[in-house]
Amino acid sequence: MWEQQVAFWVLAVAMAAAAIGVVRSRNIVHAALFLVVVLAGAAAQYILLAAEFVAWVQVLIYIGAVVVLFLFGIMLTRAPMHDDAGALDNDQRWGGLVVALFVLGVLIALLVNAFGGKKIHFSNALVSLGRTSHVGTDIFRVFVVPFEVVSMLLLAALVGAVVLARKD
Amino acid sequence: MTAIPTLALSIGWGTTLAIKTLIILAIIPLGALILGYVFLLKMMSHMQSRLGPMDPGGFHGWYQLVGDGLKFLQKEDIMPAQSDRRVFAAAPAVVVLSTFLVFLVIPVGPDLVDKSLNVGVFYALAVSSLSVIGVLMAGWASANKYALLGALRAAAQLIAYELPLLLAVVGVVIQAGTLSLQGIVLSQQHGAIFGFGGLGQPFILTQFFGFALFLVAAQAELTQTPFDMPVAESELVAGYMVEYTGFRFLFFFIGEFGTAFGFAAIAATLFLGGWALPGVHGTWADILGPGVLFIKLMAVAFLMFWVRFTYPRLREDQLQALAWKVLIPLGLANILLTGVFKVAF
Repeated sequence: MWEQQVAFWVLAVAMAAAAIGVVRSRNIVHAALFLVVVLAGAAAQYILLAAEFVAWVQVLIYIGAVVVLFLFGIMLTRAPMHDDAGALDNDQRWGGLVVALFVLGVLIALLVNAFGGKKIHFSNALVSLGRTSHVGTDIFRVFVVPFEVVSMLLLAALVGAVVLARKD
Repeated sequence: MTAIPTLALSIGWGTTLAIKTLIILAIIPLGALILGYVFLLKMMSHMQSRLGPMDPGGFHGWYQLVGDGLKFLQKEDIMPAQSDRRVFAAAPAVVVLSTFLVFLVIPVGPDLVDKSLNVGVFYALAVSSLSVIGVLMAGWASANKYALLGALRAAAQLIAYELPLLLAVVGVVIQAGTLSLQGIVLSQQHGAIFGFGGLGQPFILTQFFGFALFLVAAQAELTQTPFDMPVAESELVAGYMVEYTGFRFLFFFIGEFGTAFGFAAIAATLFLGGWALPGVHGTWADILGPGVLFIKLMAVAFLMFWVRFTYPRLREDQLQALAWKVLIPLGLANILLTGVFKVAF
C-alpha cells in the first residue's frame, strides 16, 4: 500500500503547486498551461484508484478538449505575449478568499461525512469495477435517468449557445 | 507481457521497463525516418517528377536523408527575441511525448505488447489528442502572427476531426466487443467470413465505411494535404513551426511522421488484423508479428501519402463543413448500422 501513498502525495503536491500557479500566474496563457498539469494530476489519481477508463476520459475531455478550447478562446481574442497583472487582478480578492474557504469547508465536511473511516481495499474486484464494460453497464442500467437528464441539459446548453451566437 | 514464455526469459520489471522504453524511443524516430525516406523522398519524387531527392549519393538518392539530418543538427538554434522562452522550448517535447505515449499499446505479437491496456484504443486516441496543446504552445510562444494563426487553425481542425476519428473506431469496438487492441486483433483472427474461417475476418470487410472515415479523419489529425491548412506554406509560410529551426524543428518533424506511423499501425490493427497472419500461431506469430504489422501499416501509410501527394488543399470553411456535415453524420450512421447488425446476428 505504501507505493500508492507515496504516489498520491507526490501527485497531490504537484497538483497543489500547479493549482497555485493557475491563480498566481500573471499571464493567462501560462495559467491555462498550469491547468493542464492539474488536470493531468487528477487523471493520474484516477489511475491510482484503479479507474482506468475514467482517467483516460479525463485526459481526452479535459486536457484534449476543454483546455484546448480555453487556449483557443484566449488566442482568438487577445493572445497576450507579456505579463499583464492588471487585467488578471481583481479588487474583490478578500471576498474571493471567504468564498474559497467556505467551499473548502463544505467539501471537507461532505467528504468526511460520506466516506470518513472507509478504506479502499485493492483487489481484482476493484479493478473490474473500473473496467469500461462495468462503467457502461452502470450508466445505462442503474443511472440511465440521470444520464438522460444530463444529456438533455447539455443539448439545451448547445442549442442556447447556437441561438446566442447566430444573430440572423 | 514482453517476455516470451517459450523462450523462458525471466527478467526483472526494472530491466523490462528500461528495455520497453528504449524500444519505443527507438521506434518513433525510426518509423518517422522510414516514412520520410520511402514516401516523402522517394514516392513523392516519382509522383511529382522531383529530381532533387533522387540525386545525392547515387542509387535513388539514398544520401538525401542523411544529408538532411546532418544539416538539421548543425543549424543554429534561434529563439525569437519576443518569444516566451520556456513555453517555446517545451512545445516540441509535448508533441513528441504524445507520439511516444501512442506507441505503448500497439501489439506486435500475441505476447509482444508494451502495455496491454484494457482500454487500449481509447487510450491511444486520448493521448494522441495531447499534441494539440503542444501545437498551440508553439504557435503562441513564437510571438509571430503566422505561427499564431497556424496554431489556431490546427486546434480548430484537430478538435473537429477527433470526433469522426472516435466515431469510426466505435464500429470496430462494437463488433469486437472490446476496447483492447490485442482483443480486437484476436477477434479478427478468430472471426469467419460467412462461415469460412481460413482467413479470419479482417474488419475492413465489415467496417469499410469505418476504415474510410478513419483514414480521412487521421489525414486531418496529421495535418497532411488536403488538410494541411495549419502549415499552408502559400498562406502561413509554415504555420506554427515557422520560428523553429534545427533540432527543435526536427522534433516537430519526428512528431509528425512518428504519429503518421502510429496512426497507420492503429489502422492496420483495427481494420487489417494487426500482427495476425492466417495459419500462423504461437511463437511463430511472435516472431513474424512485427514484420506482418509493418507490411500492413506500410500499405495503409502508402494510401495516406498517395492522397497527400495527389490532392490540392481544401479551404478552411470546406474543411470544417466536411467534418461536421459529412463525416460525423456518416460516423453516427455507421455506429447505428453496426449496432443493428450486432443485435440482429
